[in-house]
Amino acid sequence: MADKVLMKGNEAIAEAAIMAGCRHYFGYPITPQTEIAAYMAKRMPKIGGTFLQAESEIAAINMVYGASAAGVRAMTSSSSPGISLKSEGISYIAGSDLPAVIVNAQRGGPGLGGIQPSQSDYFQATRGGGHGDYHMIVLTPASVQEMAELTIHAFDLADEYRMPVMILADGTIGQMMEPVSFDFDIKPAPEKPWATVGTGMKRPHNVVNSLYLNPAELEQNNFDRFKRYEIIAEKETMYEEFMTDDADIVLAAFGIAARVSRNAVLAARKEGIKAGLIRPITVWPFPKAPFAKAADHCSSIISVELSMGQMIEDVKLACECRVPVTLCNRVGGMIPTPNQILDAIRAAAKGGK
Amino acid sequence: MEYTFKRLTLLCGHYGSGKTNVAVNLAMRLRQQYEKVALADLDIVNPYFRAEDSRKELAAAGIDLICSAYANSNVDLPALPQELYRLTDDRSLHAVLDIGGDDRGALALGRIAPAILEENDYDMLMVINRFRPLTPDAESTVEIMREIEQAAGMRFTGLVNDSNLGRETTAETVLSSLAYGEEVAALSGLPLKLTACAQPLYPSLEGRIKNLLPLDLQSTF
Repeated sequence: MADKVLMKGNEAIAEAAIMAGCRHYFGYPITPQTEIAAYMAKRMPKIGGTFLQAESEIAAINMVYGASAAGVRAMTSSSSPGISLKSEGISYIAGSDLPAVIVNAQRGGPGLGGIQPSQSDYFQATRGGGHGDYHMIVLTPASVQEMAELTIHAFDLADEYRMPVMILADGTIGQMMEPVSFDFDIKPAPEKPWATVGTGMKRPHNVVNSLYLNPAELEQNNFDRFKRYEIIAEKETMYEEFMTDDADIVLAAFGIAARVSRNAVLAARKEGIKAGLIRPITVWPFPKAPFAKAADHCSSIISVELSMGQMIEDVKLACECRVPVTLCNRVGGMIPTPNQILDAIRAAAKGGK
Repeated sequence: MEYTFKRLTLLCGHYGSGKTNVAVNLAMRLRQQYEKVALADLDIVNPYFRAEDSRKELAAAGIDLICSAYANSNVDLPALPQELYRLTDDRSLHAVLDIGGDDRGALALGRIAPAILEENDYDMLMVINRFRPLTPDAESTVEIMREIEQAAGMRFTGLVNDSNLGRETTAETVLSSLAYGEEVAALSGLPLKLTACAQPLYPSLEGRIKNLLPLDLQSTF
């Protein structure tokens, strides 16, 4: 491969997964993420991997469950309606403490919605999505390069903490093409003594299961898992700050919304308005610290989202409502322009809403 | 640039190689030579990034756009335009055909391939880009070429080297891909008919590359 290659975000995810050692991909086509499956279909047979187009999203996620239980790095991908179908399986994976990487290239909803980009699966992704008390680590790339970087990171996190990790992308970043460098240091996957790979008549059976008939045991299992979540919140939270040090108006945005917001911040600065941007890269765990810090000196925060206002709840919690938090949004597949955001910044700077 | 148009110019290739941009630009050139010109969008793979994006520019240039009613409509339905048969029935028409990516996209040609072959006044050009991950060298590119030919039921007659890195493309990027273009030509036995570059790079590359095609890129945003 040349130093840099020109890739769609979806292709970057697929190639990065292969670099991370994923040899088991199970999927079902849906726009706007089908390129992941198409890329895997071409590459996997050449490197001794398995590409399998399942009969449904539900089948695909349960194949990931099985492959992961057998100790291999496994991935599936879909877009919003397909992720809803996978949610039962994701809950089982979380309940069985298995690593898995799940990609959601979000599209407009609810229901069948449309094929244009969206960020309206934020609640679903950050609150678990399926039933029961669990979380996924949720990573939100804002460029094609980050699609690759965060995919490799996702496999490492999934193995380290034995839990599902979601790449929460959107139709724009999945479809857009940008040059990508694949100059990564790949860490070897950790040993998996819990994997169901045969006892060799040398040890007791490993059992992978999410069923606990004894409620006290299930309670303890939940307590233990949430202790792990506390460690993750402490060690694995990721975010980027842009011109926030002296900012009076702070934007909160992730993924494609953050790219547009960055332009709006620069435009506002040109007008003499001190604007800044906090870009969460993990949305679970949510980066509370930079918002708490910003609330000490800014006059208001604007949450820029491709949803009716989902992340805004986490932003309000993070700054403990010490400053007003307003929403600047487009939905249904529409994307805010830098000018729309700039208008919101101007209004906030005047003290309006 | 020296290029002699046949009545039909078919553009196929790996998806993301730049077929649609090359197609729109070749149609504009074709229109400078002929009155009755059409651009046909026969993409049945990708619902985004279609020749339909250039509808206004094409209309202003007097070029008919033949495309499915569903192109760019967000109706994610692989469909061919009903006007498809004009391409083979009306032999007074000159046209550029923009075919969807890979072998899956080339399946769209199946219906009209026999008529195109029977008339035998066409070029079928493969658009290649060495910076795409699945076509970094001659071997992988020719592999995809053979898959496309099998699906189309037609053989390629030439190559268009459109190697680019999107917005990061420089004159150096284009120059560094020339050897790749020659290698694909040698391995496939096909002539390298054109090398493409974005219009802003044309002045610095003109005279250094044979048959250089400057491209006005379709607007992104």
